[in-house]
Amino acid sequence: MDITKRRKFKNRIFHVLTFLCTLFGVIILSVLLFSILSKGIKWLSLNFLTNFPSRFPKKAGIYPALLGSLWLIFLTAIISFPIGIGTALYLEEYAKESKFTDFIKLNIANLAGVPAIIYGMLGLTIFVRLLGFGRSIISGALTMSLLILPTIIISSQEALKSVPDSLKQASYALGTTKWQTITGVVLPYALPGILTGTILSISRALGEAAPLIVVGAFAYVSFIPKTPFDQFTVLPIQIFNWASMPKKEFQNVAAAGIIVLLIILLGINSIAIILRNKYQIRIKD
Amino acid sequence: MKRIILTILLAVTTLSFLACGRQGKLAGTIKIDGSSTVYPITQAVAEEFNKQNPNVNITVGISGTGGGFKKFVNGEIDINDASRSIKTEELAKAKANGIDFIELEVAYDGIVVVVNKDNNWAYDITTQELKKIWDKDSKVVYWSDVRPEWPKEKIKLYGPGTDSGTFDYFTSEINGEEKRIRADYTASEDDNVLVQGVAGDKYAMGFFGHSYYEENKDVLKVLKINGVEPTTENIRNGKYKPLSRPLYIYVNKKSLERPEIKSFVKFYLEKAKDLVEDVGYVPLEDKKYQEQLNKIK
Repeated sequence: MDITKRRKFKNRIFHVLTFLCTLFGVIILSVLLFSILSKGIKWLSLNFLTNFPSRFPKKAGIYPALLGSLWLIFLTAIISFPIGIGTALYLEEYAKESKFTDFIKLNIANLAGVPAIIYGMLGLTIFVRLLGFGRSIISGALTMSLLILPTIIISSQEALKSVPDSLKQASYALGTTKWQTITGVVLPYALPGILTGTILSISRALGEAAPLIVVGAFAYVSFIPKTPFDQFTVLPIQIFNWASMPKKEFQNVAAAGIIVLLIILLGINSIAIILRNKYQIRIKD
Repeated sequence: MKRIILTILLAVTTLSFLACGRQGKLAGTIKIDGSSTVYPITQAVAEEFNKQNPNVNITVGISGTGGGFKKFVNGEIDINDASRSIKTEELAKAKANGIDFIELEVAYDGIVVVVNKDNNWAYDITTQELKKIWDKDSKVVYWSDVRPEWPKEKIKLYGPGTDSGTFDYFTSEINGEEKRIRADYTASEDDNVLVQGVAGDKYAMGFFGHSYYEENKDVLKVLKINGVEPTTENIRNGKYKPLSRPLYIYVNKKSLERPEIKSFVKFYLEKAKDLVEDVGYVPLEDKKYQEQLNKIK
Protein backbone atom coordinates (compact mmCIF):
# COMPACT_ATOMS: atom_id res chain seq x y z
CA MET A 1 0.00 0.00 0.00
CA ASP A 2 2.71 2.36 1.04
CA ILE A 3 4.72 1.54 -2.08
CA THR A 4 1.79 2.21 -4.36
CA LYS A 5 1.25 5.58 -2.77
CA ARG A 6 4.86 6.47 -3.21
CA ARG A 7 4.83 5.37 -6.83
CA LYS A 8 1.77 7.45 -7.55
CA PHE A 9 3.30 10.40 -5.73
CA LYS A 10 6.44 10.14 -7.85
CA ASN A 11 4.30 9.95 -10.93
CA ARG A 12 2.44 13.12 -9.98
CA ILE A 13 5.66 14.97 -9.23
CA PHE A 14 7.03 14.10 -12.61
CA HIS A 15 3.80 15.17 -14.24
CA VAL A 16 4.02 18.58 -12.57
CA LEU A 17 7.72 18.91 -13.42
CA THR A 18 7.22 18.31 -17.12
CA PHE A 19 4.30 20.72 -17.08
CA LEU A 20 6.52 23.39 -15.47
CA CYS A 21 9.14 22.79 -18.18
CA THR A 22 6.56 23.40 -20.85
CA LEU A 23 5.22 26.42 -19.02
CA PHE A 24 8.74 27.88 -18.78
CA GLY A 25 9.12 28.07 -22.54
CA VAL A 26 5.64 29.44 -23.06
CA ILE A 27 6.03 32.12 -20.40
CA ILE A 28 9.41 33.29 -21.69
CA LEU A 29 7.99 33.44 -25.20
CA SER A 30 4.96 35.45 -24.17
CA VAL A 31 7.03 37.88 -22.11
CA LEU A 32 9.29 38.36 -25.11
CA LEU A 33 6.42 38.80 -27.53
CA PHE A 34 4.63 41.16 -25.17
CA SER A 35 7.63 43.43 -24.63
CA ILE A 36 8.38 43.54 -28.34
CA LEU A 37 4.81 44.10 -29.43
CA SER A 38 4.18 46.80 -26.83
CA LYS A 39 7.33 48.65 -27.89
CA GLY A 40 7.17 48.19 -31.62
CA ILE A 41 3.57 47.95 -32.74
CA LYS A 42 3.02 51.72 -32.75
CA TRP A 43 6.05 52.16 -34.98
CA LEU A 44 4.82 49.78 -37.64
CA SER A 45 3.41 51.50 -40.69
CA LEU A 46 3.55 51.32 -44.44
CA ASN A 47 6.23 54.01 -44.35
CA PHE A 48 8.30 51.83 -42.07
CA LEU A 49 8.28 49.17 -44.75
CA THR A 50 9.08 51.48 -47.67
CA ASN A 51 11.51 53.98 -46.08
CA PHE A 52 15.28 53.84 -46.07
CA PRO A 53 17.12 53.89 -42.74
CA SER A 54 17.35 57.35 -41.24
CA ARG A 55 18.97 59.12 -38.33
CA PHE A 56 15.48 60.21 -37.28
CA PRO A 57 13.73 57.28 -35.60
CA LYS A 58 10.36 58.45 -36.95
CA LYS A 59 11.55 58.36 -40.55
CA ALA A 60 13.59 55.18 -40.28
CA GLY A 61 12.48 52.26 -42.43
CA ILE A 62 13.57 48.77 -43.32
CA TYR A 63 13.04 48.79 -47.08
CA PRO A 64 16.62 47.87 -48.14
CA ALA A 65 16.98 45.30 -45.37
CA LEU A 66 13.62 43.72 -46.20
CA LEU A 67 14.48 43.41 -49.88
CA GLY A 68 17.99 42.23 -49.01
CA SER A 69 16.53 39.48 -46.84
CA LEU A 70 14.03 38.42 -49.53
CA TRP A 71 16.79 38.30 -52.16
CA LEU A 72 19.00 36.33 -49.80
CA ILE A 73 16.49 33.63 -48.86
CA PHE A 74 15.28 33.32 -52.44
CA LEU A 75 18.81 32.71 -53.74
CA THR A 76 19.69 30.50 -50.78
CA ALA A 77 16.60 28.41 -51.47
CA ILE A 78 17.31 27.85 -55.16
CA ILE A 79 20.94 26.99 -54.42
CA SER A 80 20.48 24.74 -51.41
CA PHE A 81 17.26 22.86 -52.25
CA PRO A 82 18.50 20.98 -55.33
CA ILE A 83 21.94 20.28 -53.85
CA GLY A 84 20.56 19.19 -50.51
CA ILE A 85 17.80 16.98 -51.86
CA GLY A 86 20.16 15.57 -54.50
CA THR A 87 22.70 14.62 -51.86
CA ALA A 88 20.03 13.00 -49.71
CA LEU A 89 18.70 11.02 -52.69
CA TYR A 90 22.16 9.80 -53.55
CA LEU A 91 22.98 8.76 -50.02
CA GLU A 92 19.65 7.03 -49.41
CA GLU A 93 18.82 5.53 -52.81
CA TYR A 94 21.99 5.06 -54.84
CA ALA A 95 25.02 4.89 -52.57
CA LYS A 96 26.06 1.41 -51.43
CA GLU A 97 26.93 0.84 -47.80
CA SER A 98 30.64 1.42 -47.56
CA LYS A 99 33.27 3.06 -45.39
CA PHE A 100 33.23 6.00 -47.78
CA THR A 101 29.50 6.74 -47.52
CA ASP A 102 29.68 6.28 -43.75
CA PHE A 103 32.47 8.84 -43.74
CA ILE A 104 30.37 11.29 -45.75
CA LYS A 105 27.34 10.81 -43.49
CA LEU A 106 29.45 11.34 -40.39
CA ASN A 107 30.87 14.54 -41.83
CA ILE A 108 27.48 15.91 -42.74
CA ALA A 109 26.22 15.23 -39.23
CA ASN A 110 29.25 17.04 -37.82
CA LEU A 111 28.89 19.98 -40.17
CA ALA A 112 25.36 20.53 -38.89
CA GLY A 113 26.90 21.41 -35.52
CA VAL A 114 29.55 23.86 -36.71
CA PRO A 115 28.95 27.41 -35.40
CA ALA A 116 27.54 29.84 -37.96
CA ILE A 117 30.43 32.28 -37.68
CA ILE A 118 32.83 29.63 -39.02
CA TYR A 119 30.74 29.44 -42.19
CA GLY A 120 31.01 33.20 -42.39
CA MET A 121 34.79 33.04 -42.37
CA LEU A 122 34.74 30.27 -44.95
CA GLY A 123 32.45 32.36 -47.13
CA LEU A 124 34.71 35.40 -46.78
CA THR A 125 37.76 33.44 -47.90
CA ILE A 126 36.16 31.49 -50.71
CA PHE A 127 33.27 33.46 -52.18
CA VAL A 128 34.24 37.05 -51.36
CA ARG A 129 37.99 36.91 -51.92
CA LEU A 130 38.97 33.77 -53.89
CA LEU A 131 36.07 33.65 -56.35
CA GLY A 132 35.87 37.44 -56.39
CA PHE A 133 32.12 37.78 -55.84
CA GLY A 134 32.84 40.61 -53.39
CA ARG A 135 30.55 41.60 -50.57
CA SER A 136 27.45 40.75 -52.54
CA ILE A 137 24.14 38.95 -52.12
CA ILE A 138 25.44 35.93 -54.01
CA SER A 139 28.36 35.57 -51.56
CA GLY A 140 25.88 35.79 -48.70
CA ALA A 141 23.49 33.31 -50.30
CA LEU A 142 26.24 30.78 -51.02
CA THR A 143 27.49 31.06 -47.45
CA MET A 144 23.97 30.62 -46.11
CA SER A 145 23.49 27.61 -48.38
CA LEU A 146 26.59 25.97 -46.88
CA LEU A 147 25.24 26.75 -43.45
CA ILE A 148 21.85 25.09 -43.97
CA LEU A 149 22.85 22.26 -46.34
CA PRO A 150 23.68 19.75 -43.58
CA THR A 151 20.27 20.29 -41.97
CA ILE A 152 18.49 20.00 -45.32
CA ILE A 153 20.36 16.81 -46.19
CA ILE A 154 19.72 15.17 -42.84
CA SER A 155 16.03 16.04 -42.74
CA SER A 156 15.58 14.92 -46.36
CA GLN A 157 17.34 11.66 -45.58
CA GLU A 158 14.95 11.07 -42.69
CA ALA A 159 12.01 11.78 -44.97
CA LEU A 160 13.34 9.38 -47.62
CA LYS A 161 13.92 6.67 -45.01
CA SER A 162 10.28 6.91 -43.99
CA VAL A 163 9.11 5.70 -47.42
CA PRO A 164 7.86 2.12 -46.82
CA ASP A 165 9.94 -0.51 -48.54
CA SER A 166 6.78 -2.29 -49.67
CA LEU A 167 5.84 0.71 -51.85
CA LYS A 168 9.22 0.70 -53.54
CA GLN A 169 9.15 -3.06 -54.04
CA ALA A 170 5.68 -2.80 -55.57
CA SER A 171 6.96 -0.20 -57.99
CA TYR A 172 9.98 -2.31 -58.97
CA ALA A 173 7.71 -5.30 -59.42
CA LEU A 174 5.94 -3.38 -62.16
CA GLY A 175 9.25 -3.23 -63.99
CA THR A 176 10.10 0.42 -63.39
CA THR A 177 13.65 1.73 -63.36
CA LYS A 178 15.20 3.27 -60.27
CA TRP A 179 14.65 6.75 -61.71
CA GLN A 180 10.96 6.04 -62.32
CA THR A 181 10.56 4.69 -58.81
CA ILE A 182 12.24 7.74 -57.30
CA THR A 183 10.19 10.30 -59.24
CA GLY A 184 6.95 8.32 -59.18
CA VAL A 185 6.90 6.83 -55.69
CA VAL A 186 9.70 7.88 -53.37
CA LEU A 187 9.73 11.65 -53.92
CA PRO A 188 5.97 12.22 -53.78
CA TYR A 189 5.77 10.20 -50.59
CA ALA A 190 8.74 11.92 -48.96
CA LEU A 191 8.00 15.42 -50.24
CA PRO A 192 6.02 16.72 -47.24
CA GLY A 193 8.85 15.73 -44.91
CA ILE A 194 11.52 17.12 -47.20
CA LEU A 195 9.66 20.42 -47.58
CA THR A 196 9.16 20.85 -43.86
CA GLY A 197 12.84 20.31 -43.19
CA THR A 198 14.08 22.55 -45.96
CA ILE A 199 11.70 25.41 -45.29
CA LEU A 200 12.54 25.38 -41.60
CA SER A 201 16.23 25.63 -42.53
CA ILE A 202 15.42 28.58 -44.76
CA SER A 203 13.84 30.36 -41.81
CA ARG A 204 17.05 29.77 -39.94
CA ALA A 205 18.99 31.46 -42.73
CA LEU A 206 16.60 34.40 -42.51
CA GLY A 207 17.38 34.96 -38.85
CA GLU A 208 21.17 34.67 -39.01
CA ALA A 209 23.33 37.77 -38.72
CA ALA A 210 26.79 36.65 -37.62
CA PRO A 211 28.04 34.93 -40.78
CA LEU A 212 26.70 37.75 -42.94
CA ILE A 213 28.53 40.40 -40.95
CA VAL A 214 31.74 38.51 -41.70
CA VAL A 215 30.86 38.01 -45.36
CA GLY A 216 30.18 41.72 -45.57
CA ALA A 217 26.56 42.70 -45.35
CA PHE A 218 26.54 46.40 -44.46
CA ALA A 219 24.87 48.29 -41.66
CA TYR A 220 23.60 51.06 -43.91
CA VAL A 221 22.72 50.65 -47.56
CA SER A 222 21.23 53.56 -49.45
CA PHE A 223 19.90 51.59 -52.41
CA ILE A 224 17.91 48.54 -53.37
CA PRO A 225 19.85 45.53 -54.65
CA LYS A 226 18.94 44.82 -58.28
CA THR A 227 21.21 41.89 -59.13
CA PRO A 228 22.74 39.08 -57.06
CA PHE A 229 26.08 40.88 -57.32
CA ASP A 230 24.91 44.03 -55.53
CA GLN A 231 25.80 44.91 -51.98
CA PHE A 232 23.13 44.47 -49.38
CA THR A 233 22.00 44.36 -45.79
CA VAL A 234 19.50 42.06 -44.09
CA LEU A 235 16.84 42.40 -41.40
CA PRO A 236 18.78 40.91 -38.45
CA ILE A 237 21.75 43.22 -39.08
CA GLN A 238 19.49 46.26 -39.43
CA ILE A 239 17.76 45.33 -36.16
CA PHE A 240 21.06 44.80 -34.36
CA ASN A 241 22.26 48.14 -35.66
CA TRP A 242 19.18 49.99 -34.40
CA ALA A 243 19.37 48.30 -31.02
CA SER A 244 22.86 49.71 -30.49
CA MET A 245 22.05 53.32 -31.49
CA PRO A 246 22.35 56.01 -28.82
CA LYS A 247 18.88 57.49 -29.46
CA LYS A 248 16.35 55.77 -27.21
CA GLU A 249 13.54 55.74 -29.79
CA PHE A 250 15.63 53.42 -31.93
CA GLN A 251 14.89 50.66 -29.41
CA ASN A 252 11.28 50.90 -30.53
CA VAL A 253 12.28 50.99 -34.18
CA ALA A 254 14.32 47.83 -33.55
CA ALA A 255 11.24 46.23 -31.97
CA ALA A 256 9.17 47.12 -35.03
CA GLY A 257 11.87 45.50 -37.18
CA ILE A 258 11.68 42.37 -35.05
CA ILE A 259 7.91 42.22 -35.59
CA VAL A 260 8.42 42.35 -39.37
CA LEU A 261 11.03 39.59 -39.17
CA LEU A 262 8.68 37.49 -37.02
CA ILE A 263 5.83 37.95 -39.49
CA ILE A 264 8.02 36.80 -42.38
CA LEU A 265 9.25 33.81 -40.38
CA LEU A 266 5.69 32.85 -39.45
CA GLY A 267 4.69 33.29 -43.09
CA ILE A 268 7.41 30.96 -44.30
CA ASN A 269 6.58 28.37 -41.66
CA SER A 270 2.91 28.47 -42.61
CA ILE A 271 3.85 27.90 -46.24
CA ALA A 272 5.69 24.79 -45.04
CA ILE A 273 2.61 23.58 -43.18
CA ILE A 274 0.24 24.30 -46.07
CA LEU A 275 2.46 22.48 -48.56
CA ARG A 276 2.82 19.53 -46.24
CA ASN A 277 -0.90 19.20 -45.72
CA LYS A 278 -1.65 19.56 -49.42
CA TYR A 279 0.70 16.76 -50.44
CA GLN A 280 -0.22 14.49 -47.58
CA ILE A 281 -3.86 14.53 -48.70
CA ARG A 282 -2.88 13.72 -52.25
CA ILE A 283 -1.09 10.57 -51.13
CA LYS A 284 -4.05 9.35 -49.13
CA ASP A 285 -6.21 9.56 -52.27
CA MET B 1 6.04 24.87 -55.68
CA LYS B 2 6.85 26.38 -59.09
CA ARG B 3 4.12 28.94 -58.71
CA ILE B 4 5.38 29.97 -55.29
CA ILE B 5 8.91 30.47 -56.57
CA LEU B 6 7.57 32.52 -59.46
CA THR B 7 5.48 34.70 -57.15
CA ILE B 8 8.45 35.38 -54.89
CA LEU B 9 10.62 36.21 -57.90
CA LEU B 10 7.97 38.55 -59.24
CA ALA B 11 7.58 40.29 -55.88
CA VAL B 12 11.31 40.82 -55.55
CA THR B 13 11.73 42.25 -59.04
CA THR B 14 8.72 44.57 -58.92
CA LEU B 15 9.79 45.91 -55.55
CA SER B 16 13.26 46.47 -56.99
CA PHE B 17 11.91 48.42 -59.95
CA LEU B 18 9.86 50.65 -57.67
CA ALA B 19 13.10 52.15 -56.42
CA CYS B 20 14.48 52.99 -59.86
CA GLY B 21 12.41 56.06 -60.60
CA ARG B 22 14.59 58.53 -58.72
CA GLN B 23 16.54 61.30 -60.48
CA GLY B 24 19.97 62.88 -59.97
CA LYS B 25 23.12 63.91 -61.81
CA LEU B 26 25.88 62.07 -59.94
CA ALA B 27 26.07 58.30 -60.05
CA GLY B 28 28.43 55.65 -58.71
CA THR B 29 29.20 53.78 -55.54
CA ILE B 30 30.78 54.95 -52.30
CA LYS B 31 32.05 52.25 -49.96
CA ILE B 32 32.49 53.27 -46.35
CA ASP B 33 33.37 51.16 -43.34
CA GLY B 34 34.92 51.55 -39.90
CA SER B 35 34.09 52.81 -36.43
CA SER B 36 30.62 52.31 -35.03
CA THR B 37 31.15 55.53 -33.05
CA VAL B 38 31.47 57.58 -36.24
CA TYR B 39 28.74 55.56 -37.97
CA PRO B 40 25.75 57.69 -36.87
CA ILE B 41 27.40 60.82 -38.34
CA THR B 42 28.31 59.17 -41.62
CA GLN B 43 24.87 57.62 -41.89
CA ALA B 44 23.25 61.03 -41.36
CA VAL B 45 25.46 62.58 -44.04
CA ALA B 46 24.76 59.70 -46.44
CA GLU B 47 21.03 60.10 -45.84
CA GLU B 48 21.10 63.83 -46.66
CA PHE B 49 23.48 63.37 -49.60
CA ASN B 50 21.21 60.74 -51.12
CA LYS B 51 18.28 63.14 -50.99
CA GLN B 52 20.11 65.33 -53.51
CA ASN B 53 21.94 62.53 -55.34
CA PRO B 54 19.68 59.51 -55.35
CA ASN B 55 21.74 57.64 -57.93
CA VAL B 56 24.83 57.40 -55.79
CA ASN B 57 24.90 54.06 -53.96
CA ILE B 58 26.36 54.39 -50.48
CA THR B 59 27.19 51.54 -48.13
CA VAL B 60 28.33 52.08 -44.56
CA GLY B 61 29.71 49.20 -42.51
CA ILE B 62 30.55 48.97 -38.80
CA SER B 63 33.62 46.74 -38.67
CA GLY B 64 35.28 48.97 -36.06
CA THR B 65 38.11 51.44 -36.61
CA GLY B 66 40.74 48.68 -36.85
CA GLY B 67 38.61 46.40 -39.02
CA GLY B 68 37.89 49.33 -41.31
CA PHE B 69 41.56 50.24 -41.63
CA LYS B 70 42.37 46.66 -42.63
CA LYS B 71 40.08 47.08 -45.64
CA PHE B 72 41.12 50.68 -46.23
CA VAL B 73 44.83 49.90 -46.59
CA ASN B 74 43.92 47.09 -49.00
CA GLY B 75 42.03 49.54 -51.19
CA GLU B 76 38.73 47.69 -50.61
CA ILE B 77 36.87 50.78 -49.39
CA ASP B 78 36.88 54.48 -50.29
CA ILE B 79 36.42 56.00 -46.85
CA ASN B 80 37.18 54.73 -43.35
CA ASP B 81 35.35 56.09 -40.31
CA ALA B 82 37.92 56.27 -37.51
CA SER B 83 37.65 57.10 -33.83
CA ARG B 84 41.45 57.33 -33.56
CA SER B 85 44.21 58.29 -35.96
CA ILE B 86 45.92 55.69 -38.12
CA LYS B 87 48.54 53.51 -36.42
CA THR B 88 52.13 53.10 -37.64
CA GLU B 89 51.58 49.49 -38.75
CA GLU B 90 48.48 50.46 -40.68
CA LEU B 91 50.34 53.37 -42.26
CA ALA B 92 53.15 51.04 -43.33
CA LYS B 93 50.67 48.66 -44.96
CA ALA B 94 48.99 51.53 -46.79
CA LYS B 95 52.37 52.64 -48.15
CA ALA B 96 53.27 49.10 -49.20
CA ASN B 97 50.00 48.83 -51.11
CA GLY B 98 50.40 52.26 -52.69
CA ILE B 99 47.35 53.69 -50.91
CA ASP B 100 47.51 57.44 -50.49
CA PHE B 101 44.95 59.11 -48.24
CA ILE B 102 43.77 62.28 -46.51
CA GLU B 103 42.85 62.45 -42.84
CA LEU B 104 39.89 64.73 -42.05
CA GLU B 105 38.55 65.65 -38.62
CA VAL B 106 34.76 65.64 -38.56
CA ALA B 107 33.66 65.97 -34.92
CA TYR B 108 34.63 65.67 -31.27
CA ASP B 109 33.51 62.96 -28.95
CA GLY B 110 33.81 62.81 -25.19
CA ILE B 111 34.03 59.61 -23.20
CA VAL B 112 31.94 59.94 -20.06
CA VAL B 113 32.32 58.15 -16.73
CA VAL B 114 28.88 57.51 -15.32
CA VAL B 115 27.30 56.14 -12.16
CA ASN B 116 23.78 55.26 -11.08
CA LYS B 117 21.22 58.03 -10.55
CA ASP B 118 20.86 56.98 -6.88
CA ASN B 119 24.56 57.26 -6.23
CA ASN B 120 24.70 60.08 -3.65
CA TRP B 121 28.39 60.06 -2.80
CA ALA B 122 30.43 60.36 -5.99
CA TYR B 123 30.24 63.60 -7.99
CA ASP B 124 33.71 63.91 -9.38
CA ILE B 125 36.77 61.78 -9.85
CA THR B 126 40.38 62.31 -10.81
CA THR B 127 42.44 60.64 -13.52
CA GLN B 128 44.57 58.95 -10.84
CA GLU B 129 41.50 57.51 -9.14
CA LEU B 130 40.20 56.22 -12.47
CA LYS B 131 43.53 54.51 -13.09
CA LYS B 132 43.41 53.00 -9.60
CA ILE B 133 39.96 51.55 -10.38
CA TRP B 134 40.42 50.39 -13.96
CA ASP B 135 44.10 49.47 -14.17
CA LYS B 136 45.26 45.93 -14.77
CA ASP B 137 45.48 44.03 -11.45
CA SER B 138 43.53 46.79 -9.72
CA LYS B 139 43.08 46.26 -5.96
CA VAL B 140 39.84 48.24 -5.86
CA VAL B 141 36.92 46.06 -4.78
CA TYR B 142 34.79 48.48 -2.72
CA TRP B 143 33.93 52.08 -3.38
CA SER B 144 35.72 52.85 -0.10
CA ASP B 145 38.97 51.62 -1.64
CA VAL B 146 38.88 54.68 -3.89
CA ARG B 147 38.02 57.26 -1.23
CA PRO B 148 37.62 56.23 2.43
CA GLU B 149 34.45 58.35 2.86
CA TRP B 150 32.68 56.42 0.08
CA PRO B 151 30.54 53.40 1.09
CA LYS B 152 32.03 49.97 1.68
CA GLU B 153 29.99 48.42 -1.12
CA LYS B 154 31.27 46.40 -4.05
CA ILE B 155 31.87 48.53 -7.13
CA LYS B 156 30.43 47.01 -10.34
CA LEU B 157 32.23 48.00 -13.49
CA TYR B 158 30.88 48.26 -17.03
CA GLY B 159 32.82 49.17 -20.17
CA PRO B 160 33.02 48.57 -23.92
CA GLY B 161 34.63 45.45 -25.39
CA THR B 162 38.11 45.24 -26.85
CA ASP B 163 37.11 45.89 -30.48
CA SER B 164 35.96 49.38 -29.74
CA GLY B 165 37.93 52.56 -30.37
CA THR B 166 36.39 54.01 -27.20
CA PHE B 167 38.03 51.15 -25.26
CA ASP B 168 41.40 51.79 -26.93
CA TYR B 169 41.23 55.49 -26.16
CA PHE B 170 40.13 55.14 -22.54
CA THR B 171 42.75 52.52 -21.71
CA SER B 172 45.57 54.45 -23.34
CA GLU B 173 44.61 57.78 -21.70
CA ILE B 174 43.76 56.43 -18.25
CA ASN B 175 45.92 53.33 -17.83
CA GLY B 176 48.80 54.58 -19.96
CA GLU B 177 48.73 51.74 -22.45
CA GLU B 178 46.23 50.67 -25.05
CA LYS B 179 44.09 47.65 -24.06
CA ARG B 180 45.58 47.61 -20.54
CA ILE B 181 42.64 47.03 -18.18
CA ARG B 182 41.51 44.85 -15.30
CA ALA B 183 39.94 41.62 -16.46
CA ASP B 184 36.91 41.45 -14.18
CA TYR B 185 34.60 44.14 -15.55
CA THR B 186 31.43 43.56 -17.56
CA ALA B 187 32.17 44.23 -21.23
CA SER B 188 29.75 44.70 -24.10
CA GLU B 189 30.14 45.93 -27.67
CA ASP B 190 26.64 47.34 -27.43
CA ASP B 191 26.75 50.59 -25.46
CA ASN B 192 23.04 50.35 -24.65
CA VAL B 193 23.81 47.23 -22.62
CA LEU B 194 26.28 49.29 -20.59
CA VAL B 195 23.66 52.00 -20.08
CA GLN B 196 21.22 49.37 -18.82
CA GLY B 197 23.87 47.88 -16.54
CA VAL B 198 24.77 51.14 -14.83
CA ALA B 199 21.15 52.33 -14.69
CA GLY B 200 20.08 49.15 -12.92
CA ASP B 201 22.71 48.99 -10.19
CA LYS B 202 23.23 51.57 -7.45
CA TYR B 203 26.90 50.65 -7.01
CA ALA B 204 27.85 50.55 -10.68
CA MET B 205 30.31 52.64 -12.67
CA GLY B 206 30.80 52.60 -16.42
CA PHE B 207 32.31 54.50 -19.32
CA PHE B 208 31.15 55.02 -22.91
CA GLY B 209 30.58 57.64 -25.59
CA HIS B 210 29.10 61.01 -24.58
CA SER B 211 26.12 60.62 -26.94
CA TYR B 212 24.81 57.62 -25.02
CA TYR B 213 24.81 59.70 -21.85
CA GLU B 214 22.97 62.56 -23.56
CA GLU B 215 20.17 60.18 -24.51
CA ASN B 216 19.94 58.58 -21.07
CA LYS B 217 20.38 61.56 -18.74
CA ASP B 218 17.25 60.61 -16.84
CA VAL B 219 18.67 57.32 -15.57
CA LEU B 220 22.39 58.10 -15.28
CA LYS B 221 24.64 60.52 -13.41
CA VAL B 222 27.84 61.74 -15.01
CA LEU B 223 31.03 62.36 -13.03
CA LYS B 224 33.23 65.42 -13.40
CA ILE B 225 36.75 64.45 -14.29
CA ASN B 226 39.43 66.48 -12.50
CA GLY B 227 36.64 68.91 -11.70
CA VAL B 228 35.47 69.45 -15.29
CA GLU B 229 32.02 68.48 -16.45
CA PRO B 230 31.70 66.84 -19.89
CA THR B 231 29.56 69.56 -21.47
CA THR B 232 29.52 70.18 -25.21
CA GLU B 233 31.54 73.33 -24.63
CA ASN B 234 34.20 71.65 -22.48
CA ILE B 235 34.59 68.79 -24.95
CA ARG B 236 34.99 71.20 -27.85
CA ASN B 237 37.54 73.49 -26.24
CA GLY B 238 39.54 70.59 -24.81
CA LYS B 239 38.98 71.49 -21.12
CA TYR B 240 37.42 68.08 -20.55
CA LYS B 241 40.70 66.22 -20.32
CA PRO B 242 41.88 63.62 -21.05
CA LEU B 243 38.73 61.93 -22.31
CA SER B 244 37.77 64.06 -25.30
CA ARG B 245 39.01 63.17 -28.72
CA PRO B 246 38.53 64.05 -32.39
CA LEU B 247 36.70 61.69 -34.76
CA TYR B 248 38.01 61.25 -38.29
CA ILE B 249 37.23 60.08 -41.74
CA TYR B 250 40.08 58.77 -43.88
CA VAL B 251 39.61 59.24 -47.61
CA ASN B 252 41.49 57.31 -50.26
CA LYS B 253 43.13 59.92 -52.55
CA LYS B 254 42.50 57.89 -55.66
CA SER B 255 38.82 57.58 -54.80
CA LEU B 256 38.70 61.32 -54.20
CA GLU B 257 39.32 61.86 -57.92
CA ARG B 258 35.88 60.43 -58.62
CA PRO B 259 33.28 63.22 -58.74
CA GLU B 260 30.73 61.44 -56.54
CA ILE B 261 33.27 60.89 -53.76
CA LYS B 262 34.66 64.41 -53.97
CA SER B 263 31.23 65.93 -53.68
CA PHE B 264 30.26 63.51 -50.89
CA VAL B 265 33.30 64.47 -48.80
CA LYS B 266 32.71 68.17 -49.49
CA PHE B 267 29.07 67.74 -48.51
CA TYR B 268 30.18 65.88 -45.36
CA LEU B 269 32.34 68.76 -44.15
CA GLU B 270 29.85 71.46 -45.13
CA LYS B 271 26.87 69.82 -43.44
CA ALA B 272 28.74 68.21 -40.54
CA LYS B 273 28.08 71.07 -38.13
CA ASP B 274 24.30 70.53 -38.04
CA LEU B 275 24.28 66.79 -38.59
CA VAL B 276 26.88 66.09 -35.90
CA GLU B 277 24.69 67.81 -33.31
CA ASP B 278 21.62 65.97 -34.57
CA VAL B 279 23.16 62.62 -33.72
CA GLY B 280 24.49 63.71 -30.33
CA TYR B 281 28.15 64.54 -30.99
CA VAL B 282 30.09 67.78 -30.68
CA PRO B 283 30.85 69.69 -33.88
CA LEU B 284 34.23 71.29 -34.62
CA GLU B 285 34.62 75.07 -34.77
CA ASP B 286 33.61 76.63 -38.13
CA LYS B 287 37.24 77.56 -38.76
CA LYS B 288 38.28 73.93 -38.28
CA TYR B 289 35.77 72.71 -40.87
CA GLN B 290 37.14 75.28 -43.32
CA GLU B 291 40.65 73.95 -42.71
CA GLN B 292 39.47 70.41 -43.49
CA LEU B 293 37.75 71.63 -46.65
CA ASN B 294 40.99 73.24 -47.79
CA LYS B 295 42.72 69.87 -47.51
CA ILE B 296 40.60 68.36 -50.28
CA LYS B 297 40.81 71.28 -52.72
